[in-house]
Amino acid sequence: MRKTSVACAVACAMGLGLGSAASAQVEVAVHYLKQVVEAPPTLSNLDPIPDDLGLRGAELGLEDNITTGRFLGQTYTLAVTEVAPDGDFAGAARAALAEGDLLVLDAPADMVTAVADLPEAAAALLFNAGAADVALRGDRCRANLLHTLPSYAMKADALMQFFVQRRWDDIALIAGDRPDDQAWADTLEASARKFKLSFGARKTWAFDADMRRNASQEVPLFTQDLGEYDVLLVADAADDFARYISFNTWRPRPVAGSEGLRPVTWHRVVEAWGAAQLQSRFEDLAERPMQDRDYATWAALRAIGEAVTRTGAADAGTLRGYMLSEDFELAGFKGRPLTFRSWNGQLRQPIPLVHERALVAQAPLEGFLHQRTELDTLGLDLPESGCTAFEN
Amino acid sequence: MKLPILTTLTAALLSSTALADEIWVTNEKDDTISVIDIETLEVVRTIETGERPRGITFSKDFSVVYICASDSDSVQVMDPDTGEILHDLPSGEDPEQFVLAPDNRHLYIANEDDAITTVVDTVTRTVVAQIDVGIEPEGMAVSPDGKIAITTSETTNMAHWIDTETQQLFANTLVDSRPRHAEFVKDGTELWVSSEIGGTITVFDVATQTEKAKIEFEVANIHPDRVQPVGFEFTAGDTHAFVALGPSNHVAVVNSDSYEVEDYILVGRRVWHMDFNADRTQLFTTNGVSGDVTVVDVASRKAIKSIKVGRFPWGAAFRPTE
Repeated sequence: MRKTSVACAVACAMGLGLGSAASAQVEVAVHYLKQVVEAPPTLSNLDPIPDDLGLRGAELGLEDNITTGRFLGQTYTLAVTEVAPDGDFAGAARAALAEGDLLVLDAPADMVTAVADLPEAAAALLFNAGAADVALRGDRCRANLLHTLPSYAMKADALMQFFVQRRWDDIALIAGDRPDDQAWADTLEASARKFKLSFGARKTWAFDADMRRNASQEVPLFTQDLGEYDVLLVADAADDFARYISFNTWRPRPVAGSEGLRPVTWHRVVEAWGAAQLQSRFEDLAERPMQDRDYATWAALRAIGEAVTRTGAADAGTLRGYMLSEDFELAGFKGRPLTFRSWNGQLRQPIPLVHERALVAQAPLEGFLHQRTELDTLGLDLPESGCTAFEN
Repeated sequence: MKLPILTTLTAALLSSTALADEIWVTNEKDDTISVIDIETLEVVRTIETGERPRGITFSKDFSVVYICASDSDSVQVMDPDTGEILHDLPSGEDPEQFVLAPDNRHLYIANEDDAITTVVDTVTRTVVAQIDVGIEPEGMAVSPDGKIAITTSETTNMAHWIDTETQQLFANTLVDSRPRHAEFVKDGTELWVSSEIGGTITVFDVATQTEKAKIEFEVANIHPDRVQPVGFEFTAGDTHAFVALGPSNHVAVVNSDSYEVEDYILVGRRVWHMDFNADRTQLFTTNGVSGDVTVVDVASRKAIKSIKVGRFPWGAAFRPTE
């Protein structure tokens, strides 16, 4: 049911080294836990989800840390646990917490909070690299949980900034009928209203026909009654039907969201700011392009590495304190330093807006200002987050 | 891939125009060098190179020019008169930046994708040493006495100090995030390292390898995140440093004694690197995004002209023609 890699044997053996920050030799053990989720069936299997999504990013982050640590007498290990769809994620986390207090979680939101609430996790430092749910950064936040994956809210705001800039003021939306689709659609709608865009028709895509045969016939009809709009948003979290919308809408309009112009954490078309180097390092390792969750796990490992480098410590308390301080900054190949929001533990980061062949823009876009940092125009800002766990 | 006819053409062009000193600029996304005539401030030649040319430096006698052709995985050696590639040097993978040692013979090359510094003997055309450094090595410097070489690594955030006698590291010093460029100054007593994401220059005392000062930048109306120091060069006598500040589109003028910033000069977009003319009265900055070179009058600290070059200009090197 649960497979533990060979790396765990090494990491587990070194787990006792934690907390010896005072000595020159610092041993940092990180545990990556992934809940394997069975993806729902989709209309097309052109783009299968890699089995090693997330894992490879963590491995690259580990390599980067090891290289740096070599010059400072700091060693890093990564243990890996993948929990089968019917497995016990919290149990696996409990076992991992018995060995060390730095965990990178790649799992749905409910499982992430369940782990954060374990008594064993009270003094641990957890990273959410797999759940984009806004609530995890809001009223369901946890003080021991930082987020390296951007929230849906950050992605939605990035898109809306683009629409505002282009004056695509009128928006329509199609969402799938799964809960994830509806949550993503709600976030898009809320963001559109926040940016004072005109939000028109919203329809739910509940067809079960095979769109590879019928898209050209059904989508025009389905989109005929959306009214006037400048851009059509598609909320399809499982990548089920969105690919069949483009070019088949009744009105000739651009598509954005889960298809067309997409807000992403990372994508192979991101090249500037030294990103080409991160891309090539990743592809050498994984033999595939780096994706969102790979970037999030990489960033978690690198955030740990950066905090260890600067503090000489490896215990969760010191690292958390440093990461949330003004001194912390991570070079994340996105053109500006990445830092953590002190009110909900979210890693601030630019959001690339991409289509399959090129980067279109990178939010925050010029002209969207904020008194703290323009990055805080994306996602939950301090007054609206509703997260109180970080107040102390 | 150069066609013979092009070489003939450039040679013909050269004979009629090469009267004044020049600034050579590598165009990262055009695979060319733009040659700027310092008298007329115009591009007088465009020379083809290998793929993704970045670092560029002349030999001490200016008889050859070395070019990092990053995506061709080679350092090209070019005859600057004819624009002809004489030969390639073994460089290791993805050479980005390099520095020629004072002996005019050894090139220290940062291999960005490999976390290695490669030392090449330009005479025997062989690799003398490869030194493991941090991830994404970039900034390179050699002390004036030739005894110390520096590599900065962008992701490891360190300056690595190499003893050129043994080709071994003897110190590794942390700097702020994403160090890009390093220079020895004041007769080799100080080492300056710029940190792009950190937004600072760290000044080291070379004798002790300890931090002596940290220079910070503040450009009016530009968020600190966008003030990203990259390349820098010193005026005559090392009295002032001109520091490219990347996407803030400014160059800072830093007093080398007080470490205070005295001025900010608006240049082109995403300013990368730079070089001076012979008497250091004019500075030429490469502006990656706007695809041009800004000419700055050093005395008045004003930009006086921008010169359109190729796509994504990166490195700049001065060439006297007298």
